[in-house]
Amino acid sequence: MVAVVWITETSWEACVEQARRVIPDDAEVRLVHVSPSDVEDLVDEGVGGLLGRRPAPAPQRAVRTIAAHEAQALLEGARARLARQASLHALRGHPERELLRLCADADLLLLARDREPRLGPKSLSPETRFIVDHSPCAVLLVWPQEPPGVKTVELPPHLTDERGPGGRRGP
Amino acid sequence: MSEAAALVALAASLAAAVARPRWAPDWAVASLAAAALAIGGVLSGHEASAAVRHLGPTVGFLAALLVLAYGCRRAGLFDALGRVMVAGARGRPRRLLAMVFLAAAGTTAVLSLDATVVLLTPIVFATAARLPTSSRPHMYACTHLANSSSLVLPVSNLTNLLAFQALSISFVRFGGLMALPWLAALAVEWAVLSRVFRSELPEPAHGTTERSAVDVAGRVPLFPLGVLGATLVGFGFSSLIGIAPAWFAGAGALVLVVRERISLPAVVRSAEPTFLIFVLALGLVVRAAGDHGLSSFVDSLVPHGTALPQLLAIAGISAVVANLLNNLPATLILLPVAAASGPGGALAMLIGVNVGPNLTYTGSLATLLWRRVVHAHAEATDLSQFTRLGLLTVPPALAACTICLWLALQVVK
Repeated sequence: MVAVVWITETSWEACVEQARRVIPDDAEVRLVHVSPSDVEDLVDEGVGGLLGRRPAPAPQRAVRTIAAHEAQALLEGARARLARQASLHALRGHPERELLRLCADADLLLLARDREPRLGPKSLSPETRFIVDHSPCAVLLVWPQEPPGVKTVELPPHLTDERGPGGRRGP
Repeated sequence: MSEAAALVALAASLAAAVARPRWAPDWAVASLAAAALAIGGVLSGHEASAAVRHLGPTVGFLAALLVLAYGCRRAGLFDALGRVMVAGARGRPRRLLAMVFLAAAGTTAVLSLDATVVLLTPIVFATAARLPTSSRPHMYACTHLANSSSLVLPVSNLTNLLAFQALSISFVRFGGLMALPWLAALAVEWAVLSRVFRSELPEPAHGTTERSAVDVAGRVPLFPLGVLGATLVGFGFSSLIGIAPAWFAGAGALVLVVRERISLPAVVRSAEPTFLIFVLALGLVVRAAGDHGLSSFVDSLVPHGTALPQLLAIAGISAVVANLLNNLPATLILLPVAAASGPGGALAMLIGVNVGPNLTYTGSLATLLWRRVVHAHAEATDLSQFTRLGLLTVPPALAACTICLWLALQVVK
């Protein structure tokens, strides 16, 4: 079995804890971090907007170095907390593309909800939604914090007064 | 014929600056273009020397500011700013965003948007990496504020320096008129960015969890802070004393160079001589184009007067031109006409050329299109987020800043 765990700055601890609970001891574990290229491009294009300037050292190079260093540190910290063998993959690009590429031969993808802390579609960012929709393997979605209660579900108005969260009328 | 030659020279200079071919650097193309215009008689000796006398002091001021910013970096001021942001954020991403706002606004105001883009953005990135937060909101904030918070002082942007040179107002009056527009720009940026990125700025579930050990109690270097403060005070008193503010910038830069024992080659490199040559040469080429038809065309395009509708129109048109060409050539082209309406017209133009570039990803459509052509084979840069942010911030900021400028013009005489 091959399990891929998406490690991000905001939710890696929850993902690692869940991975320790559910991934079998004999499975191959891949810890993945993706440095989003849009942030590095932002710096690159920002310098491009300074017509005529050629700053040295180039800030985009500094940003790329910092990103690589921090990604490696994050992955190593996650592996230490996981306390088992795992391969580390520090990637750069669009998270949805890079992650799905790595999941091509995987059996499980473990990742965290990364948007609003309530039950419903708004708990997933567009990137995570895309990954969940297009994943070629089983997906385990983790809450990065204490899971919100069912009262956080947004029901349409005609269902909120007479019916409970289960949606059934009383006898 | 002269008009066509001047426009071709201008187009060639801008094309070289946008495309950046190794075999034809922008400063060389602009210099050759200016020389060709002078030899061809399109730019007379008298006009050329007048333009150089007009632009020379601004270019000198710019050089001093670049060295001053470099001196601050060598003195560890930007690293200390990173530590202050971490300490002030106390592990909360939303609070970090507020600290980034303060740092970017302050750096841009005092050391110009160049310092924010080149020196501060890596610090902000490294700072965000130390907290359990996405770096995206903070980096977008830094990039946006480099433009929109460059309104307030003449030293905040090269465009401001050019306008300041053209207007006969004091440093303090410039700051007085632009303070309210500056605050309006910051307010709009905060309202939009904190809302758009709210899902990436969660409250941490438990305490502070910094992955790297950071010496947040590290020493903040007081000497460069003192030098900056003294330089700013000098700027403020410059018109009273009768000494041009550029001399204060030069003095501040010299103090830091001596204190940090910066070598002469490093000082020269930090002043970016090729960029200074480019600015001077581009100014000559625009002057020639202006004298042969471009000024009359711009004159017919840009409204005159300082009533609110005219100021809004000046800001809007300036924003469009800046997004087409980039704010530096836009300023050189529009300034003579905008300044004819007095400080109000010139400052409304600055609002347009400084805030406007947040609409296009790279500060100009020309650069954007060129980069798309060159990088067509590579992964396309995702423009949607930046464009969406630009559409949400730029129009309200332009309107709010111009209205505040109009209010300030009624009060600050």
